[in-house]
Amino acid sequence: MIEVNGLCKVYGMRDAAAVTLLDGLPPEPMARRVAVTERGGFLGADDVSFSVERGEVFVVMGLSGSGKSTVLRMLNRLIEPTAGSVSIDGKQIRDMDDAALRSLRNRTIGMVFQHFALFDHRTVRENVAYGLQVRGLPKKERLDLADKALAQVGLAERGDAKPAQLSGGQRQRVGLARALATEPDVLLMDEPFSALDPLIRREMQELLQALQAEQRRTIVFVTHDLVEALRLGSQIMIMRDGRVVQRGTGEEILANPADDYVAAFVADLRTGGAHGA
Amino acid sequence: MVPDIPIDAWTTSAIDWLRDHLGGFFDAIAEFLRQLLNGMYQVLVLPHPLLLTAILVAIAWLCVRRWVVIPVAAAGLLLVQAMDLWTDTLQSLAVVLVASAVAVVVGVPLGILTARKDSVRTVVRPVMDFMQTMPVFVYLLPAVFFFGIGVVPGVVATTIFAVPPAVRLTDLGIRQVDAEVVEAATAFGARPRQILRDVQLPLALPSIMTGVNQVIMLALSMVVVAGLVGGGGLGAVVVQAITQLDIGRGFEGGLAVVVLAIYLDRVTASLGRRLA
Repeated sequence: MIEVNGLCKVYGMRDAAAVTLLDGLPPEPMARRVAVTERGGFLGADDVSFSVERGEVFVVMGLSGSGKSTVLRMLNRLIEPTAGSVSIDGKQIRDMDDAALRSLRNRTIGMVFQHFALFDHRTVRENVAYGLQVRGLPKKERLDLADKALAQVGLAERGDAKPAQLSGGQRQRVGLARALATEPDVLLMDEPFSALDPLIRREMQELLQALQAEQRRTIVFVTHDLVEALRLGSQIMIMRDGRVVQRGTGEEILANPADDYVAAFVADLRTGGAHGA
Repeated sequence: MVPDIPIDAWTTSAIDWLRDHLGGFFDAIAEFLRQLLNGMYQVLVLPHPLLLTAILVAIAWLCVRRWVVIPVAAAGLLLVQAMDLWTDTLQSLAVVLVASAVAVVVGVPLGILTARKDSVRTVVRPVMDFMQTMPVFVYLLPAVFFFGIGVVPGVVATTIFAVPPAVRLTDLGIRQVDAEVVEAATAFGARPRQILRDVQLPLALPSIMTGVNQVIMLALSMVVVAGLVGGGGLGAVVVQAITQLDIGRGFEGGLAVVVLAIYLDRVTASLGRRLA
């Protein structure tokens, strides 16, 4: 469903210059990073490749600054890649013109944000209907579909509320409903539950699992929490300093941490020091 | 030591050139503004003063929604009538409303532009600083050259002086919208224009309304100055009182300006909060 190959992002440099620079660099990760920094740029993601099967929950894990959010945003070109390729459902998204890209974002991909990113001036129902409004659906139709999406996340009664009247967990349910309302094949989730209390986080993870059991969407889920990654992910990719450190199922990662960085995560989990969720 | 740069001569010749070559254009603007002002003034003097007072008090209550505004606004407006300054006040109000409307119509779109393009902002910002800090009397003279004596140069000078806060606070309001929220709209396939309409402008509205409030206050502060070039209204009252050393009349004119200022400030500020 999603194929990513050699994806790179250089911040703070012109694209042409960055591409030439990257082409001439040696393969050693540290050397590449240092070389880009010396030229005044920052290597946010470096040679990232992975593939996600249809219906799979693919978790991208890493600490802040590891490049996981950058990679996620390059999948729908909220951030333009510097080099590499992304194909979704067989279509090369870097070749798309503006209209094709908007259609991809509106119909194929839904997105959920860390701080919910709701439109505070609109009611919950109008928030959820936004993607359908952009699509040009008549008002009644899109509000009906919004109500259906709200019912899926257990907020059927709160359509007339404003986001400010809801709790954090409820707000992210709205964020999730907004992404589900457009019936996308792919869901991009950027640390969607990180801002929530542990108990609510657990609840939201269960909601996502229940929805996923029914609907089987392709999900790319970013988190910094290994417990969450293990609970949700059928495949996990661990990133550090813009590079992929390890990729595999949860069992594989627990059994054979690829390096000290991954081992530290696993050790933290074993001692119960993780996020307590 | 330092060579003399004849900025004064350049300015004069630039203005002469503009007057010679674009005279028709300025005449058209003057005529347009005169019509607009006249229309506004006619609307204001149409109802009986007491009826208009009642309407203005009702508007104040609708915006502020506190009972105390009714006696206070009524007392202020009646005081103006008791000082026999009602028509002058309405003339000034017409100037303020027209100048503010033009300033908002020019300023808000310009603010949207500067918020979206850093390059535009780089150019516009110093121009705004220039417009706002240049002493207002300096505008009056060329305005008289272009538009003749009367109320129009006053309106033009007032408008130029009042545009910057509309631009600045629109720009600020749009830039303050949470980047993640704009990203969310983008992620659902919205076009830049849709994002502006659906997300950025509604969320920037409180800031824009603060800008409108500032525009109106600046416009009002210019009204007295515009009296110097025959702007009429309360400005004329104050200017005349000053030249005749009539302290009492000058104070009355000033008091009427204060009443108008407080009325407009409270109403527009509350309106901004209500819309937000």
